[in-house]
Amino acid sequence: MRHFLDFEKPIAELEGKVEELRKMSEADGINIAEEVVRLTEKADRQLRSTYARLSAWQKTQVARHPDRPKAKDYLAGLITEYTPLAGDRAFADDAAVVGGLGRFRGRSVVVLGTEKGSDTESRVAHNFGMARPEGYRKARRLIELAGRFGLPVLTFVDTSGAFPGIDAEARGQAEAIARSIEACLEAPVPLIATIIGEGGSGGAIALAAGDAVLMLEHAVYSVISPEGCAAILWKDAAQAPAAAEALKLTAEDLRRLKLIDAVIAEPLGGAHRDPAAAVGAVGDAVQAALQPLLALDAVTLKARRRDKYLEMGREALS
Amino acid sequence: MSWLTEFVRPKIRTLLGRREVPDNLWIQCPACQQMMFHTELDKNLKVCTHCGHHMRVTAQQRLGWTFDEGRFTRIELPKVPNDPLRFRDTKRYPDRLKEAREKTQLDDALVVAHGTIGGHRAVVAVMAFEFIGGSMGAAVGEGIVAAAKLAVLQDAPLIVFTASGGARMMEGAISLMQMPRTVIATRLVKDAGLPFITVLTDPTTGGVTASFTMLGDIQIAEPAAEIGFAGARVIEQTVREKLPEGFQRSEYLLGHGILDMVVKRTELAATLARLIGLLRVKEREAA
Ligand SMILES: [Zn+2]
Repeated sequence: MRHFLDFEKPIAELEGKVEELRKMSEADGINIAEEVVRLTEKADRQLRSTYARLSAWQKTQVARHPDRPKAKDYLAGLITEYTPLAGDRAFADDAAVVGGLGRFRGRSVVVLGTEKGSDTESRVAHNFGMARPEGYRKARRLIELAGRFGLPVLTFVDTSGAFPGIDAEARGQAEAIARSIEACLEAPVPLIATIIGEGGSGGAIALAAGDAVLMLEHAVYSVISPEGCAAILWKDAAQAPAAAEALKLTAEDLRRLKLIDAVIAEPLGGAHRDPAAAVGAVGDAVQAALQPLLALDAVTLKARRRDKYLEMGREALS
Repeated sequence: MSWLTEFVRPKIRTLLGRREVPDNLWIQCPACQQMMFHTELDKNLKVCTHCGHHMRVTAQQRLGWTFDEGRFTRIELPKVPNDPLRFRDTKRYPDRLKEAREKTQLDDALVVAHGTIGGHRAVVAVMAFEFIGGSMGAAVGEGIVAAAKLAVLQDAPLIVFTASGGARMMEGAISLMQMPRTVIATRLVKDAGLPFITVLTDPTTGGVTASFTMLGDIQIAEPAAEIGFAGARVIEQTVREKLPEGFQRSEYLLGHGILDMVVKRTELAATLARLIGLLRVKEREAA
């Protein structure tokens, strides 16, 4: 069963009708091909027009869609010889941050991702993609490992944010995030970050301070969730749609602000309608971003990365 | 000092002791409710003379208490776009900025100055909680970067007093990007072989904690300051547990290995002077 978002209800109805007609024609042998074609086209048009002008709040929902491909889908689709590595060497292995060694289009790389999980059991196992300090410390360890062996780092970010827990604070959540950001910035190898779903605040930037930051068309990247922002500034969480709009958290807005480098087009109706196509598109975009960086030596790469971030934020929307 | 005229315009030469309150003022301690005459409280650096509670203070006061004889030179910080997202909640962001600027007489939530501490040159950046909760947007980030560059030019340590509710939401992802930007600032100082010291004051939370604050060579906090990443209320709602006694306070963080020391405000300047002296065995002669 496909999961439909609220604003997709008209599309769901049309697609439901098509499905019904198909079943009827199979059962009764009635030829209704024309009607099926007509309705299919209508549903397609509806889907196209809906997805062409999603609001920031609708994009937030698409970015959080339960069927949206997760970090592990990108690892499975893009990385061969994937060899997961575990642990922060201090306290635990955090399943919210997955990563290890593997090959991307033949090249040995280090991959990292925040993993939300795709069913109840795996969501709980991955703590819904909310990492604890161990997760960020594992990320830092793997980025440093990549540096030692000259391997590019590819990160796939999808998290509502760092885990807000007593244990996480006690073990230095803030320090772990700060060090992970520092590891990204200090890496002597190319680091390509892709925001594939939700880029939630500090928990996202911890793995995304890269040479190139790519974002899927319907992904969102924000300093605070729309709900959190609405609760604080509007004193009403129900104002989340307005907050989403105001925060300028869409890929297109962030590209205009020059905070990200490229927007990756999604299959019609969002990545969840055709995960394989979405994974392929991300692979091509990562390859395109990585290629020119491979020629740069560590000193140039680091200096370039520093300049990139130091230049950031001077842009304003008009 | 030609680097200074090239790099920054000195702003205001300020001396400690500027009257900010009327003469006949009694102030109540928010912790123990006792009354103190304002001159007595000021002399004790806004620390309650009865219970030792450290009250929140303005950035300007901090500077005066930190530098030798209260002498320092403030620098003008680089300008950034005023309202990059054209953000509007129940209020327009430019109106919030205007209000904060009028109230505090500051441009944004950070002031940067240089002078000497215990005879050592030092650059000090102080976050102003009184300016939109000390939140970090482009101006604060740019200010931290400028402070770092100034420290490198002056061959001086950088000391940052933090006080912040976190990110400046009205600048969206631009405020988020101040995390990597300020992390780079710490690297500029460290790569030059200079000490980077953070002094965490009440409160220090969110993205400010999870970036430059936690990268100090030395990390000091004032007593009982609230320090953390996630907000206490959010944590309580998430884990549905009662928070432990003293959670996210300076002493709790010290106990968990996150800080080097908790130092009373009245001993801060002397502690900083001693630390700089101990760390800087190769200090260049002043130009
Ligand atoms: Zn008191």
